[in-house]
Formats: sequence, structure tokens, C-alpha cells
Amino acid sequence: MVEWTEQERTIITTIFSNLDYEDVGPKALARCLIVYPWTQRYFASFGNLYNAEAIKTNPNIAAHGTKVLHGLDRAVKNLDNIKATYAELSVLHSEKLHVDPDNFKLLADCLTIVIAAKLGSAFTPETQAAFQKFLAVVVSALGRQYH
Amino acid sequence: MTIMLSKKEKALIKEIWERLTPVAENIGSEALHRMFASYPGTKTYFSHLDISPGSSHLYSHGKKIVLAIAEGAKDISQLTVALAPLQTLHAYQLRIDPTNFKLLSHCMLVTLACYLGEEFTPVAHAAMDKFLSAFAAVLAEKYR
Repeated sequence: MVEWTEQERTIITTIFSNLDYEDVGPKALARCLIVYPWTQRYFASFGNLYNAEAIKTNPNIAAHGTKVLHGLDRAVKNLDNIKATYAELSVLHSEKLHVDPDNFKLLADCLTIVIAAKLGSAFTPETQAAFQKFLAVVVSALGRQYH
Repeated sequence: MTIMLSKKEKALIKEIWERLTPVAENIGSEALHRMFASYPGTKTYFSHLDISPGSSHLYSHGKKIVLAIAEGAKDISQLTVALAPLQTLHAYQLRIDPTNFKLLSHCMLVTLACYLGEEFTPVAHAAMDKFLSAFAAVLAEKYR
């Protein structure tokens, strides 16, 4: 069972309540595909991913990035039950999408960077630690049903 | 050691570190502080220093690290030559487990993102991540 302090809960819920999912989601996913180009293997059917500009302006990537962030929202609303909340999603990523679970960490790191760039000095070391703890739990839950 | 950085990427990396050199101790101490906060195990290497936020040790050590990185960025093709003394230091004296280099690199990227905001574009991020990975790899070359 993951233990959250009151401070960690506040930090996590505050970050997400101030996020524009339609902005941050696309940015995080695009960044992941640019910084770690091998992740593009899962998006072959999404159209033009030829260079950074193409990725950043690809509407399919943007839509998917938004979807991912809405998915994270479910974890934020179920902090004490993330493993169960994501059981189905974990099966989906394993059985249907065949995503290497190492990739979850790559996307998580890119999301951290996008939010850091947005919040600047407000993204304090303590905020970062709480946010990364949250993402680590999410990443673990998403990999949980792989076998 | 091969590193796939284009001319443009090398110039970008060099320019960013040049700009950050005057605030080396701020950038460096912040990256360290972030690493200690997110990865408490890394603190075990610093029992001989006062690494509490704002301490003079944190600033001077952070400054040292950033200046070394900036120096390497000036001529990336010469990284192995430039880092030779630091390679020896890390291999025989400090003996920091190399997985920790990844942790500090990540926190350095977060610090850069906070500092540079939108300017830390995906392309700049990719270049910087590659550079820091190469830097860490060179640093660990003499370990065994």
C-alpha cells in the first residue's frame, strides 16, 4: 500500500487542478517521441512523425497525449487505489498494445520536464519529489498486469 | 565512445552552458537539492558535507559540477581528454555507483526546464539528454 502524506496529496492534486490537459498532454507525448525516438514504434499509424515539427503539430499525437493525461486524472482521483484503478489499462497495454513497460518511465520523465518548464521555480524540489513519487506509482501499476 | 550529436546540437549545448556559467552555483545546487529530495539514497555520498538547502557546501559543490559540465560542452569531441582527471577521481576515489549519474542528469534537466521554460524545447532537451548521457559514460570509463 502506498502511503501519502497530506502534503504529497495536496501537491499532486494542486498540480493537476491547475493543468490544461489539452496543452500539457500533447506536449509531453510529443517530447517523448522527440527525445526518445524509438518510442515512435508504437505510433506508426499516426501519420507524419518525420521530424520534431511534424511530431509537435501532428493532431493524432495531440489527441492521444490529451487522452493519456485524462487517464492520469483517474489516478489522481484514486490515490489510495491506483493499482486497482489501472488493472484494466495495464492489461490493455500488455495484451493489446504490446508496450514495453520501460516506456512508461520515459513518458513520465517527459511529463515532469513539461510541467517543470511550465511552473518554473514553483516546481520546487519537494514538489518534484512528490510528483515523481506519484508517477512512479502510476508506472508501477501500469506494468503490474504484464506476464 | 560515439555520440550522435549534430553540429547544431553541439552549438546549442555549448551556448546553453555558456549562458549558465555565471549562475553555476545556483544551477548546480538546485540540481543537487532536487536529486537529494527525489532520490534520498544519493545523500549517502555526501556524509562529509553539509548538504542542507542553502548551505555553502551545496553551492560550492554544485558550482564545481556545473563548471565541469560547461567545460566539457565547449568541445564535445574532446570529452575524454577533458574529463581524464575526473575519470580517475570517480573511479579510484569517489567510486560513485554510475546509476546515480542518471539521477543527477535527470535533475539537471528538470533544473534547466525550470530555468529556461519554453526555451527548453524538445529538441534542446533531446540534445542535452544525449550530452549528459555521454558525459556520464565517459566519467565511468575507468571504473573497470
